[in-house]
Amino acid sequence: NFSPPARFDEARRVAIFGGTHGNEMSGVTLVNLWVKNGSEIQRKMVDTKPFITNPRAVEKCTRYVDTDLNRAFTPENLSALGEGDLPYEVQRAQEINRIFGPKGSPEAYDVIFDLHNTTSNMGCTLILESSKDYFNLQMMNYIKVTALRSNTEYYPRFSCKSVNIVLCDWFIAGLEVGPQPQGVLRSNIFEAMRVILKHALDFIELFNEGVEFPTCTVEVFRVLERIDYPRDANGNIIAMVHPNLQDGDWEPLNPGDPMFLTFDGKTLHYQGSGTIYPTFINEAAYYEKQQAFVTTRRETLVASAIRKA
Amino acid sequence: MPYRARFGRKMECVSLPPLSNFAICGGTHGNELTGVYILREMQKHNVEKVGSVSITTVLSNPRAVDACRRYTDRDLNRCFTDDLLSSPITESTPYELRRAQELNAHLGPKGSEEAVDLLCDMHNTTSNMGLCIIFNSADWLILHICKYLQSKITSMPVRALQMDLPLSEAFSVDSLGKHGFSFEIGPQPHGVLRADVFNTMKEAVDLTIEWLQQFNSGRTFEGGEVEAYTRWKTVHYPRDPTTDEITAAIHPQLQDNDFKLLQPGDPIFLSLSGETVKHEGDALYPVFVNECAYYEQKIAYHLTQKSTLTLPSINVKKD
Repeated sequence: NFSPPARFDEARRVAIFGGTHGNEMSGVTLVNLWVKNGSEIQRKMVDTKPFITNPRAVEKCTRYVDTDLNRAFTPENLSALGEGDLPYEVQRAQEINRIFGPKGSPEAYDVIFDLHNTTSNMGCTLILESSKDYFNLQMMNYIKVTALRSNTEYYPRFSCKSVNIVLCDWFIAGLEVGPQPQGVLRSNIFEAMRVILKHALDFIELFNEGVEFPTCTVEVFRVLERIDYPRDANGNIIAMVHPNLQDGDWEPLNPGDPMFLTFDGKTLHYQGSGTIYPTFINEAAYYEKQQAFVTTRRETLVASAIRKA
Repeated sequence: MPYRARFGRKMECVSLPPLSNFAICGGTHGNELTGVYILREMQKHNVEKVGSVSITTVLSNPRAVDACRRYTDRDLNRCFTDDLLSSPITESTPYELRRAQELNAHLGPKGSEEAVDLLCDMHNTTSNMGLCIIFNSADWLILHICKYLQSKITSMPVRALQMDLPLSEAFSVDSLGKHGFSFEIGPQPHGVLRADVFNTMKEAVDLTIEWLQQFNSGRTFEGGEVEAYTRWKTVHYPRDPTTDEITAAIHPQLQDNDFKLLQPGDPIFLSLSGETVKHEGDALYPVFVNECAYYEQKIAYHLTQKSTLTLPSINVKKD
């Protein structure tokens, strides 16, 4: 049953965003490094632009100044008037959209990597927006296979627990590496992110040279729902992520498994109807977003073969 | 070898006055969440008196806790030197300096007879330090509490760190008490509450209160030895000479290896361009390796020596 490869235009312009959250240090450090000396990220026939998206937050080493930039790219915000009166991150979102977008238009950059860290034990996580986005799916598959294969051979310092692909339509596609505390730069996490980007750029270069990437199956985790902490009538947290669940990202959580532990030692169990795979477990930034962890289910996607148009 | 034989003469048992009031502080840094939540639970359960010990719970920096930040204007835990506590308050005085003077009035005054008998301040660190008991001067009481906690807590290593500053220069909130120390537990990211860390801090606080009650009721605590890490030497990150930006990360072989003896030639930094920097000089014990809050002063870690401190037996002085 032969289907011809899906054709995509060459990826000519690539952006690498760091500091979308000003205290997620791997991306901030890598982008600052590459702004000074970008030779490492150069590839034939590709214009690669490293860019700090939230400089004020980076300066203060804080997640955001007025509002979360990573939630600011809504149609309402992007068309809002008021310029200097708008929240800082809304102004930034408009500026970034002008330079690198608008999304979906011919002027938009071909590929954007948004670099993030998490306090959760997620290893290297590639975030995919759409299951039908064969170009990104093929790229993530290439990254995953190459990174895991070269793990001990070429990169003894690369100690990513795993490379997982998450399918989630409420995120800008990006790269999330953890665990790393906010405001801290861990060498192994930094190197892992660097290696992932190297493979991503290699893929783009190969693709632009005309290499065909055959059809492949890719295991992904599809995001289902956000689970909040149990709270009292005043909205205060009354339990913590259970020690059995803490650091257990990507491992199965079965109905009846411990999920939360109250401050006086009582265990609360997962009450769902089936096994799920939790992730973003105990992410610092999500306390204010009412998220203790996120549930996902495993899926196998098929990516069509792709080739340069 | 029993210490009696080693030192030739057993130290005399020391009698000390009872400890009737105990202050426990949390949220001195607003994003170190364990202490904040321990306090919340103690306040919810109206913990005010346990046997002979009356307990005061204090949220040190409420504004920083609300914002989930280390501090609002300046680090509260550096505001308790004698100079800063006596500096005049004006319109433009930073919030934390004012707050330090309020706390001094409430729990001190520092160095006076009215000060609380024992003050314990709860902290977290992003460094892999387990449970540390940090104190300024090595008084017998605190060392006995260390010894007691070390004998009871098994969930993580328990270590004693001594700073040894003259009292006038002691800058942390625990210097307000007649006796004072901090619990420091890591690793935990700032802004995160881990159940395992919470449980260990709770155990440490409960055991401290238990010790106080036993002490007050007349039990003699046998002397012995406690190992403490002392004589702190600060190591800064390598920096770009023109921009002062940090140019290296803690080397993977040092990362998470607090308290593991660092020998000359061991790697300490890995530069962003891939070069390894090695430790030179004496073999010492690193602490606070890659603590988030230290980036501001470009501090990578501290180096310490291990000392063995000898304690006499102690009991409560009977009138």
